[in-house]
Amino acid sequence: MSIYFDFSVFSGQYFDATVLIYAIIVGVLTCLCSSVLGVNLVLKRYSMIGDGLSHVGFLALALASLLGIAPEDNIYLTIPVVTAAAFFLMWLTDSGKLKGDAATALVSVGTVAVGYIIFGLAEAGSAEVCTGLFGASVLTISANDTILGASLCAVVLVLYLVFFNRIFAVTFDRDFSKATGVNIRVNNMLLAGLTAITIVVGMKLIGSIMISAVIVIPAVTSMKLFKTFKATVISSAIISALCFALGFLFAVTFVIAKPDSYMSGTVMLPVGATVVCFNVLALLLAGLIKKKRVKC
Amino acid sequence: MVRLKLNNITLAYDGRVVINNLSLKVDSGDYLCVVGENGSGKSTLIKGILGIVKPTGGSIAFCCPKHKRSIGYLPQQQSAQRDFPASVKEVILSGFAGKCRLPWYTKEMKQKALENMQLLKIENLINEPFSALSGGQQQRVLLARALCATEDLLLLDEPVNGLDPNASKEMYSIIKELNKSGMTVIMITHDINTAVNSANKILHLDRDNHFYGTTAEYLVSNFGSSLLKGGAK
Repeated sequence: MSIYFDFSVFSGQYFDATVLIYAIIVGVLTCLCSSVLGVNLVLKRYSMIGDGLSHVGFLALALASLLGIAPEDNIYLTIPVVTAAAFFLMWLTDSGKLKGDAATALVSVGTVAVGYIIFGLAEAGSAEVCTGLFGASVLTISANDTILGASLCAVVLVLYLVFFNRIFAVTFDRDFSKATGVNIRVNNMLLAGLTAITIVVGMKLIGSIMISAVIVIPAVTSMKLFKTFKATVISSAIISALCFALGFLFAVTFVIAKPDSYMSGTVMLPVGATVVCFNVLALLLAGLIKKKRVKC
Repeated sequence: MVRLKLNNITLAYDGRVVINNLSLKVDSGDYLCVVGENGSGKSTLIKGILGIVKPTGGSIAFCCPKHKRSIGYLPQQQSAQRDFPASVKEVILSGFAGKCRLPWYTKEMKQKALENMQLLKIENLINEPFSALSGGQQQRVLLARALCATEDLLLLDEPVNGLDPNASKEMYSIIKELNKSGMTVIMITHDINTAVNSANKILHLDRDNHFYGTTAEYLVSNFGSSLLKGGAK
């Protein structure tokens, strides 16, 4: 058995290599969005909301399957469903009707259960369920997916930048911001909506179970290294994009050649899971750096 | 000139009425201290004036509509956000977030923030992380943020809570100076001596009763005399 990296996947001799470019574009953009929003979600103790919403995304995928909506069109169903769930969760948390973590745990588990049942009703194969949970193969990403995903990410990033100061003010001190005239409800709905869009776009490539990792981990990593808000957000974006690029390259080029296997040639690792592993590695590294800094 | 007027307001906290039928007028340049036991509704009253808690009855009027939102607020210290990554500059500038209609802060705003930092002698901390400051420094930063949000009205919720005696003294003298330069101040405090020494008006809240009047009236009232008999010099 031998392990090596095979960069010939980019040569186009096995399949059209443009899908790899598509996947990198959508992946890096999604990770930029998820990591900057993640800083706010983690600081507002909303990190579980990302997790809850991604599971709602799984439910929405199941509904799309039951209704017979083609995978390339299901974004028109998943975005409204996940956005509505995001508003609902924010409202539940802010009105104090339910304690945040309990509410999202309820939503997380409940929606996955219902989603799995609906997938059963839709007579979906386990491959489809698995795709919903852990992300699609990069080979299925189309040019249309890329354009739609990239434009949605661009909208998210622009809105985040435009409202950056207000989002910071509310995240840092909700009561003060409300007292000085910042519209808290609009701000929270904006944050919820942007998170929902990011999750839906990222879910396709990274998987509904994994997407909350790319929301939370880069934020936690950069908070270990930086002490100002702007630096934390920027480093979170850079770390997240780097982890995606490295994880993606690792996943598509990694080869274990087993002499006695039926499979000859490359076996692609799952992209979402590999990216999450790279994020965890970055977090561990940041933890080490912080420890060393404290000692000095 | 009347800066703030409360007409028969009733405020509830957690479903319990804590302020019942309270009316008062605050003039421009006043220094009003709000005193009373824990649970008497002091913080709820401040939150009611700020619009964070909605009154269940009565009305709150500001002298003119354009000043309605121009309030500087210094909240009670919370420990929840201790590890928040933010620089002093970012925190102070966020005082403008409610007023700023642009995606960025203007030059005038940055200049005003700098002046407020100089006023409170914290301009050397501008790039420090907020979480690394001492309690007294953090309160000054939050006061500078409050000054960015207002021209003339400050609401302070126990500004010296958790500060050591020296830092408390400095904080009180800063507030006194601000008031002398024309700032209307409404401050919650547990420190009855500071209240009667600095404020020109006192609001004493009790569970089912209250006193509102000038400091001189307060000293001879049942509220003031019973409280001051014991500890005050």
